[in-house]
Amino acid sequence: MQTLQGIAVSPGVAIGEALVVDNEGVRIPQRFVAREAVQNEIERLSDAIAGADEEIAANRDTVTQQLGKHYGAIFGAHLRMLHDARLRREIEGLIRQNHYSPEYAVSRIMRRYAKVFQSLDSAFMKERATDIFDIEKRLLKHLLGDRSENVSQLTSPVVLLAHNLTPSETANLDRDFTRGFVTEVGGPGSHTAIVAEAMHIPAVVATGQFLTDVSGGDLIIIDGNHGRVILQPDEETIARYRHEVEEHRTLAARLRPLANKPAITEDGTTIHLYGNIEFPYEVKECNASGADGIGLYRTEFLYLNAKTEPTEETHFEAYKKVLLAMAGKPVCIRTLDLGAEKLLEVPSPEDERNPVLGLRSIRLTLRNVPLFRTQLRAILRASALGKIRVMFPLITTLKELRQAKMLLTDVMEDLEEQNIDFDRNIEVGMMAEVPAAVIFLDRFVDEVDFISIGTNDLIQYVLAVDRSNKDVAHMYTASEPSVLRLLRSSIQTAIKSNTPVNICGQMSGNTLYTMLLLGFGLQQFSVPPASLLEIKKVICSVSIKQCQRIARRVMTKENAQEIRSYLKDELRKQVPELVP
Amino acid sequence: MPNTENSKVSRCVEITNPQGLHLRPGEVFTRKASEFVSTVSIISGDRRVDGKSLLDIATLGATQGTKLEIEAHGPDAEVAVKVLADILETKSVDELTKGP
Repeated sequence: MQTLQGIAVSPGVAIGEALVVDNEGVRIPQRFVAREAVQNEIERLSDAIAGADEEIAANRDTVTQQLGKHYGAIFGAHLRMLHDARLRREIEGLIRQNHYSPEYAVSRIMRRYAKVFQSLDSAFMKERATDIFDIEKRLLKHLLGDRSENVSQLTSPVVLLAHNLTPSETANLDRDFTRGFVTEVGGPGSHTAIVAEAMHIPAVVATGQFLTDVSGGDLIIIDGNHGRVILQPDEETIARYRHEVEEHRTLAARLRPLANKPAITEDGTTIHLYGNIEFPYEVKECNASGADGIGLYRTEFLYLNAKTEPTEETHFEAYKKVLLAMAGKPVCIRTLDLGAEKLLEVPSPEDERNPVLGLRSIRLTLRNVPLFRTQLRAILRASALGKIRVMFPLITTLKELRQAKMLLTDVMEDLEEQNIDFDRNIEVGMMAEVPAAVIFLDRFVDEVDFISIGTNDLIQYVLAVDRSNKDVAHMYTASEPSVLRLLRSSIQTAIKSNTPVNICGQMSGNTLYTMLLLGFGLQQFSVPPASLLEIKKVICSVSIKQCQRIARRVMTKENAQEIRSYLKDELRKQVPELVP
Repeated sequence: MPNTENSKVSRCVEITNPQGLHLRPGEVFTRKASEFVSTVSIISGDRRVDGKSLLDIATLGATQGTKLEIEAHGPDAEVAVKVLADILETKSVDELTKGP
């Protein structure tokens, strides 16, 4: 048994067979073979080696011809490894003695070698692990033939393990069979994390290198509550986690009846609970949990999933789907919130050394007006079909907000001229997530219909902590007193001016902070669909008066850890079933 | 003493290739080593690897300046050690892969 510690980015526990995803998403379907099949399997191995041999030899000849003998020689080395008598003995040994399938045996042995290489001191030698993976991949390809599976079309449940997953890879994952994922790199708040949350599957990132320790088909436990990944778990551990999964299922079942009840505190304050979504299909769960609407509809997937820039129709169809499903309840669409490096048809900035401080989000859309207009037109057209709100992300200055609003008015005029229907009174809001805007919020509130506090970015900017840098990611926390002070003052600024305000960051979906935020005066929460009922449970179990007392207590404390443990104690007192 | 059935010969060498004993020189080494009847081992500190297995050799991660002992055991041990030691003491892979 081996336990890895990473960063928990999506809660829950998954127990399942590992699928190690590389660029080709090769999957090992079967780990063991019957005793009487062993001879047959060894022949399959020989055939695979012969097939790989042909390929590598052809590569060697082509490369030698085109680039010279010096480059061709590396394939000569691959051939020598492929036919290494020792390697062959080791693989055959696992097939004969352990009755491993050739696929599993090849993967086990090759990964063991890759691991040794990676542990070598010389950087040049470390790199040789990629040569091993290359040979492994070739052998597996020949062994699996047509049976190799793509991650977007799985046939049985798996947990995905990868070095890194691109946003489009995560977006295309098979939703029925993907039970969780782990990446060696990445950080909380990264796109991978958001997609995991959207899919309601546990995810752990930034575990550091471990893929060489795993072969496809191994049983793996992902503990998304504590950021742990357990390889080769023993029986006792498996039993303990199975129990936890069961308990969670029971809790979810117990919370289910809350779906049809309003979120009202014990002393009678009605709280509005909205869902955060990324994909139209998530609306279903929002409705099933009785959400009052969509507080944050992220539109990035429309851009990330596509090979070309999405058309107005693509936007419109997605928005329409969400609106119709929400049947008259409000849907808040956030305009594009991505960096230039993630977009295909926008020129990449030449010197983007610090993307989170760079050309992204509203800064990017204001510079690429046609791209922005396409989205705004689609949003406005959809506004004729239901209750839409539009929200601009990453606003830093009043000038930016005014420019964005002006553009929106401009698009409205176009639609008017063309006699296309839209909601003239569409509500316009902004994300309060850049400290500059949060500090200056009293001037912004006069120019917007609502404010949504994006704690994910706000915390990162206030604490100057990059969430995806695993050396500092642990410093990233909502419970830092400085962050809380800023949050309290922005909520109160909005309340004073009668501007509706909600929090849509991960913080608002964490039951640990619900009482504190209620105590600050927050009356609207926008949370991941999976958290709706838990948050509602807290709201229905407490009084505002209690929460105000808790908030006052918290504000006297001076460090994050103390605040967290105090909040946990208070939550345990009020809603014990939510504190494990 | 000339080649007898069980002669065991060994020699110490120092890796001169700037990138160490990586795959390409290793390939040349194992290819040559496999041409001999004798068993060939490379000893580095307390580790002994199969001189005919490229994978095994690569796990040594022998960098420039590493001192290794080549040991051959068998009828052609003496020639084997001489030829193989020469390979390890060659500076550049290109000299080795110039071909016959």
